[in-house]
Amino acid sequence: MYKAAVIGEYDSIYGFAALGIDTYPTDGEAEIGKLVRRIAEGEYGIIYITESAAQAAKAEIDRYAQRIVPAIVLIPGVTGNTGEGIRQVRHSVEQAVGSDILFGNEE
Amino acid sequence: MPATQIIPTRMELTRLKRKLATAVKGHKLLKDKRDELMRQFLLLVRENMELRRTVEEGIRNANQNFVIARAGMSDEVLRTALMAPKQEVFLEQSTQNVMSVDIPVFTFKTRTSDENDIYPYGYAFTSADLDDAVSSLAKVFPQMLRLAECEKSCQLMASEIEKTRRRVNALEHVIIPETQSAIRYISMKLDENERSTQIRLMKVKDMVLEEAHHYKEK
Repeated sequence: MYKAAVIGEYDSIYGFAALGIDTYPTDGEAEIGKLVRRIAEGEYGIIYITESAAQAAKAEIDRYAQRIVPAIVLIPGVTGNTGEGIRQVRHSVEQAVGSDILFGNEE
Repeated sequence: MPATQIIPTRMELTRLKRKLATAVKGHKLLKDKRDELMRQFLLLVRENMELRRTVEEGIRNANQNFVIARAGMSDEVLRTALMAPKQEVFLEQSTQNVMSVDIPVFTFKTRTSDENDIYPYGYAFTSADLDDAVSSLAKVFPQMLRLAECEKSCQLMASEIEKTRRRVNALEHVIIPETQSAIRYISMKLDENERSTQIRLMKVKDMVLEEAHHYKEK
């Protein structure tokens, strides 16, 4: 039985607490990588992380990309959308097909 | 000519023929696997993109609502209101096997029987905007769950497709042609040996006849 977690700046994530998702506010850049690792090794099946927090913990997130659990999903934070999530989808298309033939023409 | 030394014997020839047959069969199977994986992946990745757009839009709306809610309340009240959530999400994770790739399937259960029972505060000290904000976030949550499933599957499938494609290419452009040329080399060598044995025997026969009867066989 897994649980869901959300990582990010307090302003972006506090609402998720009401849905029953555990919230882990990040304040202080250096700790994000460690935090991601601690949560990912724990009892969480899905981890939502804001795009800005994900930037600081890119190496940690990539480590879990090939594991079935946990699924780490980028979500936009309150400060806006950096487009990193969409870029990841494109990246997997590129990896599979060789070039981005599906979404290459958009934007 | 392949780079490695090939021993031109019949045993080696049989072995290589068997290897070629396996390689050809493997190549066909892997190619089929790659094609089917690709078809499934393209379906999934389209859904993934669609979901991502919806979810990002939903979260943006929810965030706007939260900003409005926050404007009308003090920080302390807000923090207190959301401090002790009464809802909790549990995930049941199972795997589904798609062309030898295990992809996750999540189903979620909530602690209270009514999944809309999400407001962890009495309504006395909070503004109605907060209710709106929480409910707008709750609305995108099922899609967020599906997004997690979908995105993970896409990542896993993409790397499997990459691996399979490499294997197909290695078989098609390296292993199969190399084995074929080795087989050709060995059979040519064996034929050559056979011809030289034949000629040697003919020569020996000539010499033996010459010695016995002192005449040249034309």
